[in-house]
Order: sequence, then structure tokens, then C-alpha cells
Amino acid sequence: MAQRESTFVNMVVVLFLISAIAATALAFVYQATKDPIQKSKFEKKKQAIKNVVNDFDNNPIEEMFKIPVEGGDSVECYPAKKDGKIVGYAVKTFSKKGFSGLITVMVGFDPDGHIHKTAVLEHHETPGLGDKMQRNKSNFSKQFDNMDVPDIPDKDNDGIIIEVKKDNGTVDAITAATITSRAFCDAAERAYNAFKKIKK
Amino acid sequence: MNKLKIFTKGFFSENAVFVMLLGLCPTLGTTTSAINGLGMGLATTFVLVMSNIVVSLVKKQIPDKVRIPAFIVIIASFVTIVELTMQAYVPDLYDVLGLFIPLIVVNCLILGRAEAFASKNNIIDSVLDGFGMGLGFSMALTMLGAVREILGSGSVFNIKIYEGDGALVFVLAPGAFIVLGYLIALVNRLQKRKSI
Repeated sequence: MAQRESTFVNMVVVLFLISAIAATALAFVYQATKDPIQKSKFEKKKQAIKNVVNDFDNNPIEEMFKIPVEGGDSVECYPAKKDGKIVGYAVKTFSKKGFSGLITVMVGFDPDGHIHKTAVLEHHETPGLGDKMQRNKSNFSKQFDNMDVPDIPDKDNDGIIIEVKKDNGTVDAITAATITSRAFCDAAERAYNAFKKIKK
Repeated sequence: MNKLKIFTKGFFSENAVFVMLLGLCPTLGTTTSAINGLGMGLATTFVLVMSNIVVSLVKKQIPDKVRIPAFIVIIASFVTIVELTMQAYVPDLYDVLGLFIPLIVVNCLILGRAEAFASKNNIIDSVLDGFGMGLGFSMALTMLGAVREILGSGSVFNIKIYEGDGALVFVLAPGAFIVLGYLIALVNRLQKRKSI
């Protein structure tokens, strides 16, 4: 068969057919992968909550409530209970101060305001630099484990407690990723402010 | 050209990265570690083989003047399929490579092979070409990633080789250019000595 000629009708018909077939194929793949994708995101969230707070026996995702924070946004809060008693809160917080895009972090609090643990949910920081804030890649995020937030002095009196050392805070920044470190602190601070509102 | 030659030319004499310098955006962007390079290379290989198959099947039906948009639609569809599938079934790999997958669409290597090879050859040759070019690309990306990881983070495939952080510049973009330049020089030297 010879090459189809480049007449106007031919071009329109062929491009239309190719796009239509591609769109149909993609629709099927989307349908097929929709549930697994949601499930894996849900699993990730569940795992993150489990990692950042004490042992619990309720379903924090069902008891989720939202807390408004400054700037018209809100953070999601997952209460963890054991035998009906609160053993901690997992706060899904975020920061817009990252190097590229939004950073979402799960921060777990003990009832007295200690940070229990943290887990990064989503970020778009530079691979090899900013992504060191992930727990498995460096010790940076371990500084936040058991951080006694209410007892940290606010050295420069700017109302922000969790800060990197460059900003008169107490957190060691990641080498060459100060912006990411600041954003992580910003997210933790936002979580703590939300936590204070729960306690009130 | 015999079948073996079609397959092996992607590794040495027409290697996409070291000789043709195609697809440099993902090459430089993703190779911060050996495993990232390998993952990106294999994802590209899959898209390359699939798009070569489809392009070689429909090559007679596509009018010459609209071939490029037609190829792009085909390639972009396969990239989206890879992205969705990865996200659904290997979320861990997706966490690492997710940012780079959409870049495969604009990888000149794939469009280049569709245009230069698959649209002129039969399906078996096109599959061989896709595998050869794709695996050659993966090999180059893995080498580049391994060198950058050793120099920049002191490890390779996440296995620690020496203590300390290494030279940060190799993890950043300038390091990618420096390492790529030296690797190209090395490959050229080897090729000149013995024509492969």
C-alpha cells in the first residue's frame, strides 16, 4: 500500500482517528488504575499516621476534622485514641515556602505538645538535596522527634518557635538546602499552631 | 543492515547520549543517582519500544505533513499509561521518578527514532531498534548516575562506599554537565582506538 497523500481531508481524518483512539485507550487505563492509585495514597496516609503518633486503636481517618490556619487555609487533624482516650494527634500540615511547590508533612503530637514524630507525604524538592528531609535519607527530620515545642525559647521574639539556627532557632538546617529546611520548620510550626487551637 | 547491528548500534556507534546527544533534558535532570538513572532509562525504553511498534504499524496511513503531531500523540499516550500504571502498582518507584516521567514526552530520542527509523522500517526491525536504543540510553544514564552518586554522595545504588557527603556540585546540575563531558570524551577515545 502506498503512503497516504497529504490532502486536507486525509490529514484531518487521520489526526482525528489517532487522537480518538489515544483518548479511548487512556480513558480505559485511567479507569483501571483509579482505584489502585487512590488505595495507595490512602495507604500512605494511614501508614504516615501510624508512624507519627503513639499506638492507637481507633480509626483516625474517620474522625478527621479540619482546623483553620492563617491565610484562609486549613489543616487536617487526625485524633489517635486508645480505649477512648486521646493519645495524640496527627496533623497533616503543609508549607508553601519550599524550593519548588507545596510540601505536605504529617506531624504527630503527644497530648502534652511534644512532637512525637514526623513524616513527609509529598514534596517536589531537588533530588539529592532538598529530599534529604525525608526520614530515610538523612538525620534532619530526626531532630523533630520528641521535640519539646512548648519549652523552646523564642530567642528573637518574633513569635515563631520552630526555626533553623540561621533564623535564631534551634534546628540544624540540611547542608545546601536551607530553603527546604525552613519550609519544613514552617510546616511544623503551622502544625503546632493548629495543635494549640485543638487544646483550647 | 543485519538484525544484530540494528540492536547493538544503540549501545555504541549511535548511543543516544554519548554520540547523538539526544534527550539531554531527562539525562541531566534525573541522573542524581544510579538507581534514578536506571529507572528513567527503563521507563524510556518501554515507551520507545511501544511507540516504535505503533508508528511502524501505522506509518503508511499517516499523511506526511501531519506525521509529527501524530507521533507526539502516540508517544504522549504511552507516557501517560506508564505514569498511571506506575502510580497505581509501584508507588515507591513513582515517588522517586514521578517528577520526571512527563519529561519522556519531550525526549527527542523517542520522536527521533519514530521519525528516523520506525516510520521507514518494518515492525521487527523497529522493535529491535527500540530495545537497542532504549537499553543503550539506560546504560548511559546508569553510568552517569553512578559516577555522580559516587562523587556527590559517596555511595552507589544506595550502598555507602566512603564516609562523608562527597562533592555537592556533582549532585547539582553543573556536575551533570561536567561528568557528561568527561564520559563523552572517554567514549570518543575508546571508539577511536577500536571502531566498534
